[in-house]
Amino acid sequence: MMEIRDAFAAAMALIINFESGLAEIVLLSLQVSIIAVAIACLIGLPIGAALAVFQFPGRTAIAVILNAMMGLPPVVVGLIVYLTLSRSGPLGTLGLLYTPTAMIIAQICLVTPIIAALTRQTTEDLWQEYAEHLRSIGIGPWRAVTTLLWDSRFSLITTILAGFGRASAEVGAVMIVGGNIDHVTRVMTTSIALETSKGDLALALGLGIILLALALSVNAAAFIINDAAMKRHG
Amino acid sequence: MRLFPGFLLKFKRSLAMVAFSLLLSVTNAFATNGFIVVASTTSTVNSGLFKNILPKFTKTTGISVRVLGVGTGQAIKVAERGDADILFVHHKISEVEFVKNAFGVKRYDVMYNDFIVVGPQDDPADVQKAKNVVEAYKKIAATKSIFVSRGDESGTHKKSLEFWRTIPVDLVNSSGKWYREAGSGMGATLNLTSSINGYTLTDKSTWMAFQNKGLLVVLFEGDPSMRNQYGITMVNPARHKHVKAPLASAFIGWVISNDGQAAINDFRISGKQTFFANAAAYKKIN
Amino acid sequence: MDSSTNETLPNNVENKSARILPLVLKNVSYEKAGMRLIKDLSVTFNFGSLTVILGPNGAGKSLLLRLCHGLIKPSKGTVDWCGPKVSAPQRYQAMVFQRPVMLRRSVIANLSHSLKYRGINKAERTQKIDNIMQHTGLSRLAKVPARLLSVGEQQRLAVARAWSLDPEVLFMDEPTAALDPAATHSLENIIGAIKKSGTKIIMSTHDLGQAKRLADEVLFLYRGRLLEQADASQFFEKPNNDLAQSFMRGELLWWNRQELKPPEQLKERRQK
Repeated sequence: MMEIRDAFAAAMALIINFESGLAEIVLLSLQVSIIAVAIACLIGLPIGAALAVFQFPGRTAIAVILNAMMGLPPVVVGLIVYLTLSRSGPLGTLGLLYTPTAMIIAQICLVTPIIAALTRQTTEDLWQEYAEHLRSIGIGPWRAVTTLLWDSRFSLITTILAGFGRASAEVGAVMIVGGNIDHVTRVMTTSIALETSKGDLALALGLGIILLALALSVNAAAFIINDAAMKRHG
Repeated sequence: MRLFPGFLLKFKRSLAMVAFSLLLSVTNAFATNGFIVVASTTSTVNSGLFKNILPKFTKTTGISVRVLGVGTGQAIKVAERGDADILFVHHKISEVEFVKNAFGVKRYDVMYNDFIVVGPQDDPADVQKAKNVVEAYKKIAATKSIFVSRGDESGTHKKSLEFWRTIPVDLVNSSGKWYREAGSGMGATLNLTSSINGYTLTDKSTWMAFQNKGLLVVLFEGDPSMRNQYGITMVNPARHKHVKAPLASAFIGWVISNDGQAAINDFRISGKQTFFANAAAYKKIN
Repeated sequence: MDSSTNETLPNNVENKSARILPLVLKNVSYEKAGMRLIKDLSVTFNFGSLTVILGPNGAGKSLLLRLCHGLIKPSKGTVDWCGPKVSAPQRYQAMVFQRPVMLRRSVIANLSHSLKYRGINKAERTQKIDNIMQHTGLSRLAKVPARLLSVGEQQRLAVARAWSLDPEVLFMDEPTAALDPAATHSLENIIGAIKKSGTKIIMSTHDLGQAKRLADEVLFLYRGRLLEQADASQFFEKPNNDLAQSFMRGELLWWNRQELKPPEQLKERRQK
């Protein structure tokens, strides 16, 4: 297919010429996704581990709902966040619509369930092992949560990467709440959508290749760090 | 790497702080004198018009313009909700309604371009020989040639429906057969039309900037009823207190002024002019 | 590994008066899935002696320990700590399990983790940890990830961890069941040192030899019932209960009370 060859050529041209436009878009994409994932971790990691530790009625129901929320359609989340942040919506006075902050909020909604659900799964297994000992030394459930999270840290890297993958790959939510405004809220995925609608398929694919390369680099870096640390700490 | 756990935490924290401050700086990048949000259609964005003329406005006034390129229907909804300061679309009937319902203050003509019918090179419906646009549509219906419709609330789609309504044709039953409703923006619709080699109605500026024409060519244009008029309206600050009325007025003022109108006329795609300035004040002088 | 000197032993025990002991169980029953696993058990544990809970597999030894420690709640009856500091009894107890629970951290971090939340400041913690590692021969393994230790070393760490908490009562659930003879011997030495330092030890075992070596007092459990409680010397000389006697002879099989085989057939079975 000629488009694929043209796509690689386009990707190389973009990188070699180092268009500042491309750098701006890449930087914004990384900022939005990384900040969203970081905040999603702050919320999702404790919730996931707490679901493993605490016993309360409705626990199973929450776990099932959380699992289901992993499949939230981004465009639906985008719509809900839009209606919330719109000037005519409940949080309109904040004036957050069509800013990167709105995109981060939408992505937090998408990523947190993934982090929480997968963390619950990972820590549940470890909790089976640790429960009696931790209860014996009397550290209390929240300290048990932090103990589980720290001891699961290597497995949780994969969870975090899954969240990052979801954030950096989605286009539906950021398109609706961000508006794909040039220089303000245009990220990799919305750029690809735009170039496709302009018929410039080679450029769109080229940007896609760059996006894939970015995702690959992040995952490779995480793997290397994780691997080295694991060897050090058993 | 004994430092690893503490290091990673610190690294994440500092990255977040750096990122956040970059974030703040990005959002405030051009706000030397503030910014406005313009809800517009894909034709003004995808054709490259705004990318060309807006910097001229920003240079003069220091006001940056953030453009939302969505379909006419969505743009109007956005403006009604107060999420934009200005509405800049191409469906006069809807725009007049918008002002009548006190969502907007006053509508001004800005410019026009033309709608055209594009289709396959071999032209199975013989649209080229049509004497007017209605006849072109009649031929397409008669030969049951594939026609791709926008199928959304866009100005282009509303125009196309106007033409369809003048001839006796059952679009509902033909939907999915030769009448394909894409439910998409102009770009996606053109991509689809190009890949199935069908006919569609598009505006000339989007067409000229479009890079995936495939085997499609322009088959019919020039009928006076195919004129596509653009208008600009400020969102009513009485209804939405936060609308930046002075900045929005400045923008409207510039767009219909000599400078703005000249900028529109100067815009070229492949050396050809596609938007034609026709604001009332400008028309009087020129 | 120095476990024989008395100075700088953890919880130096000149005048230790009981804070939570005695522990009194009254008519305790424990049921799970419709099965009664502990049946109407009453017993008192007092300060000073090392109590061994003896019995065949399935007798309920592990359950009894967990009921005493508070990890599970009885279905009927009461478990009461009767000493003066009863408002927070769990603080003065610790437990070591049959399979050591190792946190995914270094040896020293495992020790530090238990102590961290007891309000002990860093300097004191470090001292305590160094002290305990010396007395359990773990000093040279301080930085090693706990998961990489041998089972014997892991159990030593678990015991050290429990000891560092200065418990008044230390529960041990068959602590040497997974260990080879050398590791068992070294752990028994440590147990001896802990006892000397003034901690009440309540441990279960199905190893008669170990019971003879360590016990001051013996509780004999069979099928969830306490059949005999006696001084060690008296019990090993001649237990009162007939099932206890069978057990001592090595004859007691948990699934079969009525059919006691003649000694020759049992010898064959053991040799297989």
